[in-house]
Amino acid sequence: MGNSRIKWHIVVFLAPAVLVYTAVMILPLFNTLRLALYTEVDQSRVFVGLDNFRTLFGDPLWSDAFWNALGNNFWFFFIHMLVQNPIGIALAAMLSHPRLRFAAFYRSAIFIPTILSFVIVGFAWKLILSPIWGIAPDMLAAVGLKSLYAPWLGKEEYALTTLALVSVWQFVGIPMMLIYAALLSIPEEILEAAEVEGITGMAAFWKIKLPLILPSIGIISILTFVGNFNAFDLIYAAQGALAGPDFSTDILGTFMYRTFFGFQLQLGDPHMGSAIATGMFAIILTGVCVYLFLIQTRIRRYQF
Amino acid sequence: MNKARRNPFNIAAMHGALILYTLIALFPVFVIVINSFKSRKAIFREPLALPDAETFSMIGYQTVMKQGDFFLYFQNSMIVTVVSLFFILLFGAMAAFALSEYRFRGNTLMGLYLALGIMIPIRIGTVAILEMMVATGLVNTLMALILVYTAQGLPLAVFILSEFMRQVSDDLKNAGRIDGLSEYTIFFRLVLPLVRPAMATVAVFNMIPIWNDLWFPLILAPAEETKTLTLGSQVFIGQFVTDWNAVLSALSMAILPVMVLYVIFSRQLIRGITSGAVK
Repeated sequence: MGNSRIKWHIVVFLAPAVLVYTAVMILPLFNTLRLALYTEVDQSRVFVGLDNFRTLFGDPLWSDAFWNALGNNFWFFFIHMLVQNPIGIALAAMLSHPRLRFAAFYRSAIFIPTILSFVIVGFAWKLILSPIWGIAPDMLAAVGLKSLYAPWLGKEEYALTTLALVSVWQFVGIPMMLIYAALLSIPEEILEAAEVEGITGMAAFWKIKLPLILPSIGIISILTFVGNFNAFDLIYAAQGALAGPDFSTDILGTFMYRTFFGFQLQLGDPHMGSAIATGMFAIILTGVCVYLFLIQTRIRRYQF
Repeated sequence: MNKARRNPFNIAAMHGALILYTLIALFPVFVIVINSFKSRKAIFREPLALPDAETFSMIGYQTVMKQGDFFLYFQNSMIVTVVSLFFILLFGAMAAFALSEYRFRGNTLMGLYLALGIMIPIRIGTVAILEMMVATGLVNTLMALILVYTAQGLPLAVFILSEFMRQVSDDLKNAGRIDGLSEYTIFFRLVLPLVRPAMATVAVFNMIPIWNDLWFPLILAPAEETKTLTLGSQVFIGQFVTDWNAVLSALSMAILPVMVLYVIFSRQLIRGITSGAVK
């Protein structure tokens, strides 16, 4: 084991992955954080310290849009946690029932929206909910609820929630699959032991299965968090870069895109764009750390 | 078995709920596809009816074929996805082998460094990535997209593949070494064939997000000749917003390739997720 001798095969095996990953992911990431500390004056880059952040959080021209996007993003995440994960768990619980037939068919069919691109999903729902085409109002009319219909995507108060629900519709397959896998890995003996004690049906789910799948629920929550705080595509496909009506569906991803590239009369500003990206990075990093150090370590794991 | 677990009423209720949700999941796709084959009048008069002899029309597809270069977009998406997957698998497997096979100083640290990217989305670095691509002249080339997707896919690939490579028997590798095989031969001839199922899982996990991505094609390669299918349909639909036949046909054409991929790979994908590869 001559320490001085470099084992070249290890270097050869590691080099391509490390080089590509470092050059295209890690360096740009830090470079973006660094760019947030600069601004452009007379076509040259000037170091301004934390001024961009002061503008972003304090100057009403920017801060209103920023806090609006941040708040919307939290609402977007909240809807996912509230709707997507419970539906996913319920579907998985049904699919994992030992006597259910056609489970594989249901599973594959329910996963289909997850594989479609945001462009397809965004436009398809836009057309279906559109008052011009009239599928949504006609269907509500068929069950006598026509009065409930509103052009949801065009109304400031409903648009964001509607898009969050569309996103839930698209991604419910992921929690469903992960929870399904977790439920299948629970040994039959445990469930039978519970039955001997008289714990069956819903009680077995709440008291036995749910505690055992908590680690998977934790993973799903953090995946949802990271996915939502870097979301962009669906809003862009359905509402455009302006995230209308009147920015009511603006989230951090669309806000960063507009800032970076400019829109209408405002010129693009890579430095402010970087400042927003830095904010997103901080939020995602906080979320991941909370998960890794506070949640994951406290969830009890059971080894079978 | 207690009778509560085989209660026929419960099973029927579950089928009811699952059928309802399956309908919700498939309904939008169904509506888009059937209406893409109808004439404009029929689309509005009877949106939920199947196309019949009277309402059948291919006018939307004709417009799409004439106006949009969907074959080029499809080809671009194909090249980007396949080449990215090739590099993710090759580089990822090589790094995973180094990390799981050899003890060297900094091994754990290197593993953690590569794992960072599992949770941090590469989009955060977009501003600097674009600057770099402009500086190297890679803007509006498929190479830019391939590099980004390779970097994005590597962390999870290394993580999953090294888990699997730890399970490959040491005896086999040592037997190879005694026979005088080089480390490279051991990797390519002995280890790679054994982790093929894990490679397939990694490929399927990466395939759909790369194919569907809108962000990087929009920012790094928006030129006509490098548009991917996802970006191409986005732009096309944006231009033809009032031509419902064309929009519905373009959507259906964008759905088709993903559905084909899904039918081919769904078993692999579902096995990958349920085998705990992402735990």
